[in-house]
Amino acid sequence: MNGKLESLTFCRALQRLYYELPDQTVIYLQHAGQTDRPISYRELIHGAAAYERALREQGIQPGEVVVLILQHGSDLIFSFWGAVLRGAIPSIMPFLTEKLLPERYRADMASLVDVTRPAAIITYAEFESEVCAALKPDTSVRTVMITQGVGVPEQPDFEMFGGMQRTPDDIVLLQHSSGTTGLQKGVALSHRAVFNQLRSYSQVLKLNDQDVIVSWLPLYHDMGLIAGFIMPILCAVPVVMMSPFDWVRAPYRLLQAVSRYRGTLSWLPNFAYNFCAQKIRDHHLEGVDLSSWRAISNCSEPVRYESHQMFLERFRAYGLRPEALATCYAMAENVFAVTQGGIDEALTVDEIDRETFQTKWLAKPAVPDKPSVRMVACGRPIPHVEVKILSSHGKELPERHVGEIALRSDCMLTGYYNRPDATAKAFLDGWYLTGDYGYMADGELYVSGRKKDIIIVGGKNIYPQDLEELAMTVPGVHPGRVSAFGVYNEETGTEDVVIVAEVDTNDSKERERIAEEIREAVTRGSAIALRQAYIVGPHWLVKTSSGKNARSYNREKYLAEIAGRPWIMP
Amino acid sequence: MTEDIMNVLSEFIARDILKQPSRRINPQDKLISSGLIDSFHLVDLALFIEDNFGVHIDDAELNASVFDTLDELVALVNERKA
Repeated sequence: MNGKLESLTFCRALQRLYYELPDQTVIYLQHAGQTDRPISYRELIHGAAAYERALREQGIQPGEVVVLILQHGSDLIFSFWGAVLRGAIPSIMPFLTEKLLPERYRADMASLVDVTRPAAIITYAEFESEVCAALKPDTSVRTVMITQGVGVPEQPDFEMFGGMQRTPDDIVLLQHSSGTTGLQKGVALSHRAVFNQLRSYSQVLKLNDQDVIVSWLPLYHDMGLIAGFIMPILCAVPVVMMSPFDWVRAPYRLLQAVSRYRGTLSWLPNFAYNFCAQKIRDHHLEGVDLSSWRAISNCSEPVRYESHQMFLERFRAYGLRPEALATCYAMAENVFAVTQGGIDEALTVDEIDRETFQTKWLAKPAVPDKPSVRMVACGRPIPHVEVKILSSHGKELPERHVGEIALRSDCMLTGYYNRPDATAKAFLDGWYLTGDYGYMADGELYVSGRKKDIIIVGGKNIYPQDLEELAMTVPGVHPGRVSAFGVYNEETGTEDVVIVAEVDTNDSKERERIAEEIREAVTRGSAIALRQAYIVGPHWLVKTSSGKNARSYNREKYLAEIAGRPWIMP
Repeated sequence: MTEDIMNVLSEFIARDILKQPSRRINPQDKLISSGLIDSFHLVDLALFIEDNFGVHIDDAELNASVFDTLDELVALVNERKA
């Protein structure tokens, strides 16, 4: 497998794959209600070559950014690799969903365009006017390219491709998280970083010729982009790609695809274990055989022991093996995986004493008759990745002490694109500060919480300040008097979002109206459904000494209040 | 009959999907295009209808162009029950 990773740039790797394995099917593309479409390397490169030509003819230069606003499908796949062949830098933006307000989407796109300064945007004809409406007169975007206008697939002439001139340290792609804040921070990765990650990660996964990856993950997220798209294509492991849109409406499709294609590897956010276990009926599983599945890696939101158990119990009768449960701690800034656990071995479960953990930040083994917490290990760092745990003063902590997870590796981001300020803030003496809390024990990493205020819903990072901004647009809600945070929901296995808003009125009807409008503003502005818009009187919200929003305290206060417990500011 | 289905569905959506049991859903309220029912809950709605009315709604039909209001959803259920 690693032999395929010697080429140090994407374009050269594609050239090799094209000549060595032209007939090998690398993607099985699924769409609900259609026959699956197998795509060989030949077809992939021919399709990409048509996009390369279109970009070249539009004067897009190597090193310029091309934003893709496309849904799951061959256009997205071909345009991504077409940009790579051109030597341009592709960046996939989440597609507009029907419930998001167009003006909100325009604002999101403006955040991306202002910072990233792309030269081209590729989208569908139906969406062209929407994209153009979002661009300012002095925009960096010279071309809004329409997929329908791209020519037919064609034979590649690699010598013509700007991608052949790229060097390993050039940036190959950008990856953004969603929302205004996320779209202003594009993680820029070099060819070298991606290849280093793939080399280490494929070794840990024991990736081999029998493997088949099955994925429903969106490509604008690192898990879908790297594990479910770039790794399979560059390592010549077939991938079955289904649409996230289809999966969420019919989660059984994932299991049917694993059974049909003898899938071996998948990556899922924690909520998906609950979702599959709860929302699939037996009649959709007739004849399904999951015995080929050798590693299902729980990744991108906190791993819950109960979610794994629920999944295992539900699907064991269909051949699911307990040792197939795996975990991964990953982030776009490290290309993808930082640690991996559960490959060919059972996951370690660490049962720790709850009180010492919560009050002293120590993960001490549980003692009989005292409340405990079951922590699932995220495994060991992959090769060439170092992990350490830091105290609040930046000092390295010993084993079983909880602190901020920091990492150093040969596959780090080059920087946040056009954001030297954000890049500088992310590092301390060459170590990347993840903003996550955790501890190490016996060489394995346990992730226990978050220092940063990010909310993770269904594996997707949500910045609370974006949601607070939306709530502040509601009449009766004042700037600076709103706090958004996540609350874990055991049933769904992910976080719910709560917004607390201080208002001046005591009128219950008026408060109800405000709550309803906050819900609507947030849903239409971010596609997030709130669990609750909690309306309170003046001076309820806790602020830090510098007057900033203390979201974690507001969260604690809210939880105490709805449970009828007293709450005292620590 | 239609009224019964309407009430059962309206109550299910308010109680189990929105977690606001006292909320009233009007027959013409937009459910999907407004984001009231988010994509994670569409499958719940389909399973509930299958279990309670014996009517199958295909996953490809779980979008606003097939039904977007309670009125439209009830019509769809009635049509298939017939």
